[in-house]
Amino acid sequence: MSSRRAERVIEGLLFLCALVSVGTTAGIILVLSAETVAFFREVPILDFLTGTEWTPLFATQRFGVLPLVLGTVVVSVIALLVAVPTGLVSAIYLSEYAPDRVRRVVKPVLEILAGVPTVVYGYFALTFVTPTLQAWLPGLAGFNALSPGLVMGLMILPLVSSLSEDAMRAVPRGLREGAYALGATRMQTSWQVVVPAAFSGITAAVILAASRAIGETMIVAIAAGQQPRFTANPFVPIETMTAYIVQVSLGDTPQGTLEYRTIFAVGMLLFLMTFALNLLSGWLRARFREEYS
Amino acid sequence: MAVSLKASRSSAGRRRMDVVFQVAALAVLVAALAGLGALIGDVWRDGAGRLSWTFLTTFPSRRAEQAGIYHAIVGSLYVIALTAAMALPIGVASAVYLEEYGGRSRTARFIELNIANLAAVPSIIYGLLGLGLFVRALGMGRSVMAGAGTLALLALPVVILSTREALRTVPSTIREGSYALGATKWQTIWHQVLPMALPGILTGLILSLSRAIGETAPLITIGALTYIPFAPDSVWSAFTVLPIQIFNWVSRPQVAFKENAAAGILVLLALLLTMNALAIVVRDRFQRKGRP
Repeated sequence: MSSRRAERVIEGLLFLCALVSVGTTAGIILVLSAETVAFFREVPILDFLTGTEWTPLFATQRFGVLPLVLGTVVVSVIALLVAVPTGLVSAIYLSEYAPDRVRRVVKPVLEILAGVPTVVYGYFALTFVTPTLQAWLPGLAGFNALSPGLVMGLMILPLVSSLSEDAMRAVPRGLREGAYALGATRMQTSWQVVVPAAFSGITAAVILAASRAIGETMIVAIAAGQQPRFTANPFVPIETMTAYIVQVSLGDTPQGTLEYRTIFAVGMLLFLMTFALNLLSGWLRARFREEYS
Repeated sequence: MAVSLKASRSSAGRRRMDVVFQVAALAVLVAALAGLGALIGDVWRDGAGRLSWTFLTTFPSRRAEQAGIYHAIVGSLYVIALTAAMALPIGVASAVYLEEYGGRSRTARFIELNIANLAAVPSIIYGLLGLGLFVRALGMGRSVMAGAGTLALLALPVVILSTREALRTVPSTIREGSYALGATKWQTIWHQVLPMALPGILTGLILSLSRAIGETAPLITIGALTYIPFAPDSVWSAFTVLPIQIFNWVSRPQVAFKENAAAGILVLLALLLTMNALAIVVRDRFQRKGRP
């Protein structure tokens, strides 16, 4: 029965490989919490979460993370303001209107947009979008939240569009035919029947896009600046959570120092924020799938 | 579902709205396309002049005009090859387990949920994991090995998901035929299922690697140095990669370095284009030959 034993051994090995992904999650949580706990032994957690000054690399150290959080939120909101309406319109068009020929051209182009490396988007934001905007908005600083936000919107547009389109295509034909039978135009059918029916799927797409925007690093590290400010003004230099991690990683901060631990504490907060959004998005998607199967 | 249509406008008015919407949608798509065009045009205008054989084959320099990108190209290829060597076997094995063995068991469902979540974790978090795990705990230092390990973990969810898609396209009659001839489960998978799914698996792998080759943030976080005047010669050497070199040049105020960055971007985009073309070729062969 050695061949049966070999089968069991192989199954065991495959299972071990599948566990690598579980190990990855465990590793992320372990690495982040080990350094974060050490960080909170020296900095009170309440100061970290409610402070509005972030100066860990200065002589007088302040560890209030809110400027970084606000910077992240401002850029992400700008990105979503660009990506959600345009992504939704493009999804409705692709799902309800576009002839196959148009779809075959448009979808690969959107895929290209999603496949451009983020460092390239960063270059584009810094050397093209910011100077172009400055011609219209003289008050715009060389580093700002607006330009990386707009470019990030272009980057996540394909994500919003393709996930929303999937949700709309999953809506049963019968609902559309019912609307047409009542004399509705395509536009009325799309907006008043298909979109509401696919609402949880579309929301899931938007939330996933938000999570992507919050975690995006290179665009903001290049074009948004390195000045943690507690401001919602999109025209001045700011710093996001991700850009701060990059800034410290570029320098020569020795392991075990408080400065070194700040990137793990910020990383932990970032991980928890995106994790919550991802779970919410997954839950909405699962609910959507249940509705129509 | 109760539907009440707001029928305030005349029928002609409603038709007109329909046309207006289509025009608006096309305008959005054209605008997105224009954004892409502006991006490529901007990079080309800034960088094409710097592209030359010398640029591709010389090392970096503190003088922008003499700086080349050879070390970063070699570094990128080194890292990506090692990433593939790690992500492919583990990813395919995980996918085979989940698709062919795991079934609907609780463990399999937990692993699936976990993979779906990992796919959405920001890449910079993988960088912190790589820093804590590979660079520090396992003592690999800031080496090619540590960088490739980090990128392999990052690419793994995509490799697993695309491999499962590929396995699902293999008809169950193939498996049943193999069992009927007395083959064991693993013999069936190894000799029948995997060869048929191979083009799909490779397409997924290439696409996930083309993602990984453009990744910057996780490698900066593990400390891949930005000024490295040599190419890596073993998996334990320090290294830099194309996107990091580009980032380094972008961050300098001088215009000449920005031009270098643009030229570096052109090289990176050419590499990505090649990889994607390869993926399309593999997929096309699959569609012509794979179907019984």
